[in-house]
Amino acid sequence: MDRHNHPYIPNSQPEIKKEMMQEIGIKSIDELYADIPEKYCLKKPLNIPEALSEFEVKRHVETLLSKNKTYNDMPVFLGAGCWPHYVPAVVKEIVQRSEFLTAYTPYQPEISQGMLQALFEYQSMICELTSMDVANCSMYDWASALGEAARMAARITGRREILIPKIIHPERAATLHVYAEPPGIMIEQVAYERENGQINLEDLKNKISDKTAAVYIENPSYLGFIETQVDEISEEAHAHGALFILGVDPTSLGILKPPGEYDADIVIGEAQPLGNAMNFGGPLLGIFACRGDMNLIRQMPGRIIGLTTTMDGGGQGFCMALQTREQHIRRERATSNICSNEALCAVASAVYMALLGPQGLRELGETIMYKANYAMRLISEIDGVKAPIFKSAHFKEFTVNFDGAGLSVKEVHKKLLQHKIHGGKDISKEVPELGQTAIYCVTEVHSKEEIERLAEVLKEVLAGR
Amino acid sequence: MFKQANWNEPVIFNLGRNGRRGHVLPKVEEEVKNIVGILNTLIPNNMRRTSQFRLPELSEVEVARHFMRLSEMNYGVDSGLYPLGSCTMKYNPKINEELASLPTISLVHPYQDESTVQGILEILYRLERWLAEITGTCEVCLHPAAGAHGEFLGTLLMRAYHKFNGEGERRSEVIVPDSAHGTNPASAAMAGFNVVVVPSDDEGCVSLGALKAAVSERTAGLMLTNPNTLGIFERNIDEIARIVHEAGGLLYYDGANLNPILGKARPGDMGFDIVHINIHKTFSTPHGGGGPGAGPVGVSEELAKFLPVPRILFDGACYRLDYDRSHSIGKIRSFYGNTAVLLKAYAYILSLGFEGLKEAAEVSVLNANYLMKKLRGIRGLTLPYNSEKPRKHECVFSAKALKNETGVSALNIAKRLLDYGLHAPTTYFPLIVDEALMIEPTETFEKEELDRFAEAMRKICEEAYTTPETVLKAPCNTAVSRLDEVKASHPRTMALSWRMYLKRNKQNL
Repeated sequence: MDRHNHPYIPNSQPEIKKEMMQEIGIKSIDELYADIPEKYCLKKPLNIPEALSEFEVKRHVETLLSKNKTYNDMPVFLGAGCWPHYVPAVVKEIVQRSEFLTAYTPYQPEISQGMLQALFEYQSMICELTSMDVANCSMYDWASALGEAARMAARITGRREILIPKIIHPERAATLHVYAEPPGIMIEQVAYERENGQINLEDLKNKISDKTAAVYIENPSYLGFIETQVDEISEEAHAHGALFILGVDPTSLGILKPPGEYDADIVIGEAQPLGNAMNFGGPLLGIFACRGDMNLIRQMPGRIIGLTTTMDGGGQGFCMALQTREQHIRRERATSNICSNEALCAVASAVYMALLGPQGLRELGETIMYKANYAMRLISEIDGVKAPIFKSAHFKEFTVNFDGAGLSVKEVHKKLLQHKIHGGKDISKEVPELGQTAIYCVTEVHSKEEIERLAEVLKEVLAGR
Repeated sequence: MFKQANWNEPVIFNLGRNGRRGHVLPKVEEEVKNIVGILNTLIPNNMRRTSQFRLPELSEVEVARHFMRLSEMNYGVDSGLYPLGSCTMKYNPKINEELASLPTISLVHPYQDESTVQGILEILYRLERWLAEITGTCEVCLHPAAGAHGEFLGTLLMRAYHKFNGEGERRSEVIVPDSAHGTNPASAAMAGFNVVVVPSDDEGCVSLGALKAAVSERTAGLMLTNPNTLGIFERNIDEIARIVHEAGGLLYYDGANLNPILGKARPGDMGFDIVHINIHKTFSTPHGGGGPGAGPVGVSEELAKFLPVPRILFDGACYRLDYDRSHSIGKIRSFYGNTAVLLKAYAYILSLGFEGLKEAAEVSVLNANYLMKKLRGIRGLTLPYNSEKPRKHECVFSAKALKNETGVSALNIAKRLLDYGLHAPTTYFPLIVDEALMIEPTETFEKEELDRFAEAMRKICEEAYTTPETVLKAPCNTAVSRLDEVKASHPRTMALSWRMYLKRNKQNL
């Protein structure tokens, strides 16, 4: 393709360039590059493809992507940090509005009120859902939010230990380790009850001390069950001067008690399920909220939008607040280096929460819980299968154990795939103590028929052995 | 004159009526309910939500209208010139949006069997190779969600490298120039380093004398933006690399300003060991009002083994995810990166090709120098640090003289520009320029729009001398007038959520 007159580069027209060069007083654009040492100037073209027309690009990308299988091709029972939920058409429409899509961070609030108000509304609705006072306008994802929460707790308490459940998402655990290592935060695991998976309070009491910066638990847990001893854990943490950090799946909060009601100090989680597609795992949307205590708020990472007035006091408006915590002002003493976040995903979540409202969010939780429990019930009736492993209430995900069937998860899933069904997440390697186990996820997008087919095919596959 | 929409749109909590709904969920069949039983018996007593939550109750119509109205009170690249320095606000091609919304990417789960995700793995694998080629690095990791996240990864890689060489304790300092982006010192500190700042010389480049004095056996590395935040190419890059490497440190390239050297020169060739790339700047993906972006990191061969897992491998037939890397630092987030964003960058590179990328770089530099020429000589503005020297993609003017003579500051100019329907430049950065106006037009804007900006700047500075109050009270054509940002951050007046706002108002009564 002619390098001149590219549709994206209006001034690439030779005559315009000439005009502009004349104005500058140069004969060639190379003069503007004269200060790059000769030896670093590229002498030959790079090994990247030649330019394609828009139609060719579309064809090429569509062809490559068509090699992927999607939820439209087969029911997929995967969750574990990225969940299949329906994204209403209004959400997609709003986030494609180019005034939102093509804007930068709202550094000039007067001309960016739309984005600022939408983000304020996202923060506010997250606060309502979690029953917390303050939420930032997003972190990269749940995992990095956990890393930041641990560091925040360490800064606030001046302590260097954090207690986490023995079984959490391995990607979250790995990310936490990476974030916690530089400031020297030690991570200790708290055991679970063999019978029901709940936090072992005895072990918690043994491990907590006046060195503990925070106790972190997840609700629902990584394995999908609901942690019920929240009041005891909260009291234990606070009795030792530690912060209580909760990790949540917000789709559960229409029916489950919000963490603010059991005295969580910091709430993190993943808001991708609220109006954002899976996109092969990114972008995600990290939730970060805290109590309205200035000691906490001042240590929060990330951008926060606030409601304010015009200078003359006559009007209301929105702008970024508490910027003195941030890197562009505080530099090496900033609470975090985060600046660009997942703002547009937060707008999507705001639209989603507004569409569903209190009734819709309650129904979402109920629908998920009904369907997941229906799947769990059907699967548990299959010979040689245990679903779930733990005797606790489960919300959206649950464990399925194949030890009794004499087949590995890998073998079972391979056969499911031949029947155009994608099984859950194989955790046999990451949690060997649970044997041949997978985590299955069922949401509002899985139909009754798909769930029943899953159970039937599983039965066939296992009987075929 | 420009006049932005002002819908006076209420906060969403003040809209709607009880009982309205904006979305209906799939029904749960009675049979399912019968088999599962009553939900309340499934949820443990103490874990049921009994409290109401105060979310608005709106019809779909009202939700669509509310957010559409909000969008009209916003300004994007599609609205007009957006010359935010160091932010590279270029056009976001529409075809890329269309491709990124295909179900063959949006409905794909990251843990699907590798055999069912070959298409997206191939795209990511190729993108890694192209970015490595463009930056002159050996391997690229696509995981970071943003530039600052890339910097965090980069500084963690420095840490891992020195630790591997038995120097983890000793190499405790990261050097940054005084003109550096704020993220550089913040990232280095997050990775556990002490930050040492070196001053710029009279030409606006890293002072070699100061750098020599700053390096030592404690040096872990230097973070450098090249061209730097003044838009000036660090001409002594050869010497800088030698000084840092001889001291045993690594050279880190902040990719915020990669755009002007695309296809012209490569950080890897200049001796940079670690390079981050701002996909949402250089590779045209939309910034979305603050994200999502993507901040891939490229590294030299000897650092590749420390990259996060998984890495994408290709055996000639199939693509797969490799977690088996004993030296890997681990993970900095879940999954493999902001895939939907990365896909857009892939399409962008294909739409330009090598020649097009080079063209984009050259025109971005041409535009910046053209604008600089047009702005020079405007009364009250000066161009610090060798005003005769060409810049690359951006230039930084100072409004210090204007402020001294008229009381009109860089901030006032920025606000007044909004009245002209133009976005403001970055202000008060870099810190080494007083009353800084940092202007980066990118290759996106046509000469006519650049002229409009230059003319607006000229008029505003003129206003400063003749009718300063016009500038001082700006903006008046935006959805709202000047906002009280101090009030927004004061513990006594801050309202960071609707809930907080209501609580506060109650107290005030």
